[in-house]
Amino acid sequence: MASNFSIKHQPGFTAIAATCFVVLYLPIIVLVAYAFNAASSTSEWGGFSLRWFQSAYQNTQVIDATLRSFQIGAIAAVLSTIFATMAALATTRTAPYPGLTFKYAAINQPLMVPEIVTGVALLIFFSRIKIFTGYSGLGYLIAAHTAFCIPFAYLPIRARLENMDLTLERAAADLYATPWKTFRRITLPLLWPGILAGLMLAFVISLDDVVITEFVKSGGQDTLPTYMLGQIRRGVTPEINAISTAFLLLSVAIVTLFFFVSRKRD
Amino acid sequence: MASAEEVAKAAERRDVRDRWLLSAPALLVILLAATGPLLIVLVYSFLTPGAYGDVKWQFSPDAWISVFMERDIFDDTLSVAVAHVTIFWRSIKLAVVTTLATLALGFPTAYFMATRSEKTRDLWLFLITIPFWTNLLIRTFAVLQIIRNEGIINTILLKLGIISAPIQILYTDTAILIGMAYVYLPLMVLPIYASMEKLDFRLVEAGYDLYATRFKVLRKIIFPLVKPGVIAGSILVFIPALGAYVTPVVLGGGKNMMLSNLIELQFGQGRNWPLGSALSITVMVIVMLALLAYVRNAGRSGVRHG
Repeated sequence: MASNFSIKHQPGFTAIAATCFVVLYLPIIVLVAYAFNAASSTSEWGGFSLRWFQSAYQNTQVIDATLRSFQIGAIAAVLSTIFATMAALATTRTAPYPGLTFKYAAINQPLMVPEIVTGVALLIFFSRIKIFTGYSGLGYLIAAHTAFCIPFAYLPIRARLENMDLTLERAAADLYATPWKTFRRITLPLLWPGILAGLMLAFVISLDDVVITEFVKSGGQDTLPTYMLGQIRRGVTPEINAISTAFLLLSVAIVTLFFFVSRKRD
Repeated sequence: MASAEEVAKAAERRDVRDRWLLSAPALLVILLAATGPLLIVLVYSFLTPGAYGDVKWQFSPDAWISVFMERDIFDDTLSVAVAHVTIFWRSIKLAVVTTLATLALGFPTAYFMATRSEKTRDLWLFLITIPFWTNLLIRTFAVLQIIRNEGIINTILLKLGIISAPIQILYTDTAILIGMAYVYLPLMVLPIYASMEKLDFRLVEAGYDLYATRFKVLRKIIFPLVKPGVIAGSILVFIPALGAYVTPVVLGGGKNMMLSNLIELQFGQGRNWPLGSALSITVMVIVMLALLAYVRNAGRSGVRHG
């Protein structure tokens, strides 16, 4: 018995885990498979075809929404990553100082509130500003996305910084480097993987958002997810499967990249 | 001439000031486009609804009264708003059951992942991370295609002759539950895994040396040690589940409303922004209570073993 007894074994756990992994991926695989369905409904299989990808590509609403998603995502990701990097530099590698706890709480606040509440709050606030200024462009969506992307971008950057000691920076200062030069030549190159991870995370988070965008957008400002939600509400065509498949491919590519960037140790 | 102590103090003050300047943009954006507007919601919940949406700037407690009560249109008496209470009850029930379901599935999964060899662990983590970062709407849509009447589950059961007519799962509470458990499972697994990865298996071994059964080891050693991860996972699942918007819209078909749909209704056809605001604040309060329970619990189990 002694030789066979594994202390790590728990009865049934492996079976449950296996089920979980299968269940997590099965619906996604079915979704992707139906994107290549030639039939015009998702309830029968009519052979392999790329017609739904073609029809999505020719759908100007889809292309518009996609471009808008990318535009908002790119701007929000860059802004939130810059702000998060600055905030991370300000809140790590220091003895506790007055306001530090407040900063942690404030930066993580968007994570603590259900999206629907933030969405409603922004709807009210921005509708006031719209009346006041007359401006109704993409700025509102970009501001909202930047705000909720900050805590996500902050996470990997802060984690990276906490693993960097101040030795090199002190050495640079001893050699009469200005603080800016020290930052550019020492801190930034070392911090880069964290910043890159934060940037990708923020981009994916912005690209995925449905609820806040749904409440903040003005007429004709659909992003890809809100466009898809509208279509799904009306009834489903395999075109949605095709768009989802393309979207999934992009997400997986970014996540894979993120995984390798953030896992790499120095 | 300043003493060394004074110089050090001044440098420290400058450092703190620089740190505030550095964090100012992030704090400002969050204040303007996340935290600040929440205060406006609070103000709006005490105003009078305008005829075409928005509000009239006139104090009224009506919105708060109608969160749980309704006024009879004929004799003005107050009674419990059954519709609202039902939706509150359904949302809380679904969020709790989702949390328990993801815990029941996620705990063994995290344990499985943490007991793999160091090399393969990264692969399992990667497999959990992919669904975690894939679009929630797409994953909900994937569930829709599986559970609908013409979906794969019903088709297989029909072909096998187990059922003679498709089971109606879509547009029921069960569908919302399946969908939420599916999309939030990675949120439960990841924090439990993070705790589990640090688990010292020598303690488990010691338990067996002292003749503990497998279940007893699980209950008395493993579970208490990974409890912070379990609590974190539960919070991470409970908060979005309570405020879930996409899942009830896609899988509940609009008939089985949850809190978020009720709130949305007030800002759309309902044209009752104050009520929508009061409902939003109520959701926030429930979430805050859950977080408070978390902080207190985490504080109590803060004693480190080993």
